[in-house]
Formats: sequence, C-alpha cells, structure tokens
Amino acid sequence: MRASASKPIVANSRRTTSSTMAHYMKRAFPIYLMVLPGLLSIILFKYLPMFGIAISFQQYSPFRGVWGSKWVGLENFVRLFTEQQFATLLKNTLILNLIDICFYFPAPIIFALILNEVRIKWFKSSLQTIVYLPHFVSMIVVVGITNILFASEFGGINEWLASVGLPRYEGLTDPDHFRWIWLLQNIWKEVGWSAIIYLAALASIDPTLYEAAKIDGASRLKQIWHITLPSLAQVVLILFILRLGSFIDIGFEHIFLLQNPLNLVVSDVFDTYIYRVGVQQGEFSYTTAVGLFKSVVGLVLVLAANAIAKRSGREGVY
Amino acid sequence: MKAQRIIKNEKHIDVFVYCILIIWGAAIIFPLLYVLMTSFATEREYLTRGFFIWPKEWTLDAYLYLLGNNTFSQSFMNAVTITVVGTAISISVTTLMAYGLSKKWLKGRTLINFMVVFTMLFSGGLIPTYLVIKEFQLIDTFWSLWLPGAVTPFYLIVMRSFFSSIPHELEESARVDGCGEWRTFFNIMLPLSKASIATFVLFYMVGYWNTYFSALIYLNDSSMWPLQVFLRQILVLNQSMDDSAMLMEQVISYTPGARMAAIVVSALPMMIIYPFLQKHFNKGMLLGSLKG
Repeated sequence: MRASASKPIVANSRRTTSSTMAHYMKRAFPIYLMVLPGLLSIILFKYLPMFGIAISFQQYSPFRGVWGSKWVGLENFVRLFTEQQFATLLKNTLILNLIDICFYFPAPIIFALILNEVRIKWFKSSLQTIVYLPHFVSMIVVVGITNILFASEFGGINEWLASVGLPRYEGLTDPDHFRWIWLLQNIWKEVGWSAIIYLAALASIDPTLYEAAKIDGASRLKQIWHITLPSLAQVVLILFILRLGSFIDIGFEHIFLLQNPLNLVVSDVFDTYIYRVGVQQGEFSYTTAVGLFKSVVGLVLVLAANAIAKRSGREGVY
Repeated sequence: MKAQRIIKNEKHIDVFVYCILIIWGAAIIFPLLYVLMTSFATEREYLTRGFFIWPKEWTLDAYLYLLGNNTFSQSFMNAVTITVVGTAISISVTTLMAYGLSKKWLKGRTLINFMVVFTMLFSGGLIPTYLVIKEFQLIDTFWSLWLPGAVTPFYLIVMRSFFSSIPHELEESARVDGCGEWRTFFNIMLPLSKASIATFVLFYMVGYWNTYFSALIYLNDSSMWPLQVFLRQILVLNQSMDDSAMLMEQVISYTPGARMAAIVVSALPMMIIYPFLQKHFNKGMLLGSLKG
C-alpha cells in the first residue's frame, strides 16, 4: 500500500528519492485535493477565530480592526472575575451540569438496560422507533409544545387537569422550576437516541456468558449486575469524558429558548451572557475574554478526565 | 433455557420492564399526537372543548391559513434551500475529506487529524467566529450557515474509520486496473459506503433543518429567516428575552391551530425520512463511535 513499498528506496541516491517523491506526489495530489475543501473550512472558520482571541487582550473597535485596536492586557479578564454576574454564571453552570450528570447522563444507560430485557422483537423495535422520534424534532418545537400543553389558558394538559379536578400547572415561567423543566425536556428529547450507543455495546456482549450464568443459576438481576454492567463500563467512561468536555458550554441553544428576564438568576450561563453582552450590546473584547475563559476551562477538564482514565488503567479517548 | 426464565420470581422483572417502557413510549407519543390532532380541529372546538385528542369536526383551515401566509411560506422555502444545499455541500466535503484521511500513506495525515480533533476540544468562541464571518462578508447570506458548517468533526471521524475498514485489496486491484484516485473513489468506494453516507445525509439534514441560532445571529434580514426562527417567533418568543411590542403583535396574530400546524409542518419531513434509514444508522453509529 505504501508508496515507498511499491518502489524500494535506495539509500543515499538522490535521484531515486526525488523520483519516489514525484511518484508519491502524482499519487497523493488527487487525495490532497479531496481533503482540501474540508480543511479550508476548518482553517477559515475554526482556526482563524482562534487567532481572533487576540481581541480579548484589546479594547477592540470594529472601525480600527484587530491591528489598530488598543492593547489592554488582562483588563477584560479582571473585569470578568470581578463582575458581580460572574458568581451567578459559575453557580448556574455548576448546578445545571450537576443536575445533568446526575439525572440526564445515566438515563440512557438505564433505558438501554431496560430495553435490553425485552424479548419480544416487534415490541422492542417499534418502541425504539418511537423513542428516537423526538431527536429529529428541533428544540424550538419541544419548548413550543411544552408551552402549548401547559398554557394557563387552553393548554391541553392544564385543561385535562382542570377537568379531573386537579390544580392547573402554572410553573412554566417560575424560576424555581426552570432547571427541572430544562432537564425533563432534555430527557424527553434525547434519552432514546443517546441509548443507541449503549444498545450497540449491549448487542456485542457474548451470549455464551449469559448461558453460562443461567446454568450456574444466576438470576436476571445478577446477570445484569455481573455481565451486562461491566461490559458497558468502557463505553460509559468514554462518553463521560466527552461529556466533561461540554461541561462549561452547556446546551446553550436550549437554555436560550427557556430564558426570560424573570429566571435570569438561575438560567444565565456563560454562553447566554456572551450573547447578551457581546452580540446584543456589542462588547466584543470583553465577551471574547469570557469565551476564552470558558474554552480553556473546558479543555482542562477534558484533558484531566482523560489523563485520570488512562492512569487508572483504562483506555482514554484522546 | 426458556423454562428457566418463567420462574416465578423472574416474572416481576418482565412486568416492570414492560410497564416502564409503555409509560415512556406514551409520554413520547402523547405530546406529538396532541399537536397533530389539534392542528386539524376548528378554532372554536379548541377554545371551548377543553382537553381532547380526537376532534369532532375536522378542518384544514390552519394549513390553508399557513399556505396563504407569506412569512410562513418564505421561511419554509428558506429552510428547504438551506437544508438541501447545505446537506449537499456538507456530505460532499465530509465524504471526500474522510476518504482522503483514511489513506495511511498520506503525508500530513496525522497533523490534519489532530487539527480536526482539536476543534472538538477548543474553539475561538462565538464572537471571534462572528467577526470572521462578518469579515468575509457572509452576513445575510446563506453561506454563513453552509461554509462554517461544512464539516462536523465527529461525523468526519466516524466516516474516516468506515473507509479505513474497507479492505485495501479492493483499492489495490482498482489501481492495477488503471483506475485513478477519483475513479476509485466514485466507482468503488462510494457504492460500498451508500448506507454510511445515507446516515450522515440524514444527520446533516436534521442539523440544517433544525438550526436556528446561527440563522438568528448571521441573518439580520428577516426575509431570509428559516422555518425554525419563524417558529421561535410564534411559539417561544412571547416569554423570551428580546420581545418587542411589534413581535408580540405577530405572536398574537397566529391562532392556536396555525401554531400546531406550523409545528407539524416543521417536524414531519424529518420524521418521515428517518424510519427508512433507521436500520443503517444503528450499524453506522456502532462502527464509528466504539472506535472513537
């Protein structure tokens, strides 16, 4: 397969080396051409913005550009850390992540384990089709349907609650309910879809393990505990490391849809703050600094988790 | 073996399993069904009957209203354009790049792979990306959605490992027969990877069809807004951050039926397509994701 293998290189012979090079280029050129469009997109829209981070050390003015703007050192970062809002942002990010990791992260694992116990094939596959459905719906639709169902007037569920004599649910705009509404919408939308990867891992377990366990008289719960769960460990670990990578930029598009001036105390996170202060109020330099802080914390978290995973003798992701 | 599973104390597990799954399935289906059904109800019935899942009187008024509504049809067409062109660009760029990077002899491959993975770990952030797109004068063009979104790193990595898993002998024999790299790609590799490509076509389509935030940031001209931004206007904005009196008026002018119908129209295309591809992505996801 290798270019060098198809034409042996004679050491110290420049002519042969250069003709090997020409041979390689002739073969590799079309391949480079194939890679180029994607590479360009990544360089222009992912790496160029990384250089744009420079403006977080400036007092950037769109009229002066990156080269003409005044350098202010760490001023923007100092401002972030001393801003009153910073504690709120950090607190909300931590709490939302904690809720997410405690309840949302294990949900697809549990779901996959339960689904894995189903022996009736048509039931399993039709249920899979149903639970995957919400993944294809946009977050706007999910939030919109919630608003429709729980509208205080004519909302379907509230009408039903009222008709059976129960109190109406009026908590949609209640700041105290924001986190749980956020969590439930996430679970409703993605649990089925996220379970795919665990179901795949479960399908690859050697069935003879279960046969052997049955002969030894192990109950189904014991089989789950001793065979099923251990074989999921590696996948869970990988997904957990990936999950930590998004620790600090937590589901922005969703939070943004649920946010209102009332629940800002509990719903404001770094990204919504960047949008509000950066895009809407035009404070480019300061919010770029906020973004950089966010990205760095995210990177450190992933690398740390990965290193810990590797040190504990397991396979990491990166 | 079968007889053993019907031991008394094992049966309660089955009961538990089926109960949980049926409740969960119902919780997924109910809201979707409710919206679908009430979109066919008359406004009078919706406002007077309270809770119902089966309309007494069926009507297409809501859909006809949307059809005659310029803002809606405009945003629908925008969404179609964004999705069709965007998916075509993304799948071509991603497939080509993934195939190229699957060649182990390619010099610079490790560097490019690292560059791809690194974008998953670290990003320049919202504002610098916005400024770059503005600098390229892509604001208020659909290119602001297509070009930055051309490659989703995760899909690229999965596709790359798919191409790596195709036996090299196939390629080698094509080369011996005098096929160039392009012909090998189009005549041999593409037909082999149909299922995998179909999966990612679906993923990209869903991504473009459901995108709203990039559109909100990069498209100031409201005549360019896709369906999702329109939906946000009529479904969510009444309690959102930046509502102005003018937008509130817009929200009020849509009947409940029209809102339901708009949801149905926006959700239906993807839901219709996906069951056809379901058998493919179960396999495709497994292959890529487990290898990391």
